[in-house]
Amino acid sequence: MSAPLATPRLRVPRSARRGEAFEIRCLMTHPMETGLRPDAPPRDMLNRLLVRVEGEVALDATLRNGTAANPYHVFFLRLERSSEIEFIWSDEGGRSVRATARVTIA
Amino acid sequence: MQNSRLRRRAILALIALPWPAMASGLQDAIRDAVGEGEFTESGITLTLPATAENGGQVPLTVQVESPQTPALHVTAIHLFATRNPTPGVASFRLTPLVARAELQTRIRLAEHQQVIAIAVMSDGTRRRAVAEARVSTGGCLS
Repeated sequence: MSAPLATPRLRVPRSARRGEAFEIRCLMTHPMETGLRPDAPPRDMLNRLLVRVEGEVALDATLRNGTAANPYHVFFLRLERSSEIEFIWSDEGGRSVRATARVTIA
Repeated sequence: MQNSRLRRRAILALIALPWPAMASGLQDAIRDAVGEGEFTESGITLTLPATAENGGQVPLTVQVESPQTPALHVTAIHLFATRNPTPGVASFRLTPLVARAELQTRIRLAEHQQVIAIAVMSDGTRRRAVAEARVSTGGCLS
């Protein structure tokens, strides 16, 4: 329970065109243990993925029991100017991990 | 004597509980997420494999027809699995920074069942899509 969360894996383009959609893929290694299995280890779930662009919330996901282990998400963003995208995964035990990526608008 | 009969009755009541509780659990989960009201069944697509080999990792895509402008965009996408031990899968809150109302994730399915996606638009309308999925190996309890 107390081990730190894994480093998330991100695929974000380095540059994009102004106002055009670009794809973001992110994978977080995590067992997502619901505690429901008969011989299971105790519950250990990530419950939130928050994506912010220059501090402004773009996507706020609440993950529940039905989310598969190693949560993987694909979505599309668009930017008007070069920005820092921030990803924060947090779990029910209060641990969290943060990753950032910078996208340059040509 | 009186005591053991009472106990037996209590145990029977517990055994009888899961089925209706599950169905109303799904309704409660949907009501908690989006409240009461009507759904349109168009303008939203939910894609799942017809048969998933591994119920623990079922890829899922939701696409909503939406211009994603500040005036009209998807504010939330909710996913439910009708026959999982707990029906809520995930909820996503979106803003106009999300360029396309399209999301891909991977979910867990315990058995053959329906998956429901509900999208809430910024004008308050709600859309619903349902897809059927078979699983070869259940992904929740194994």
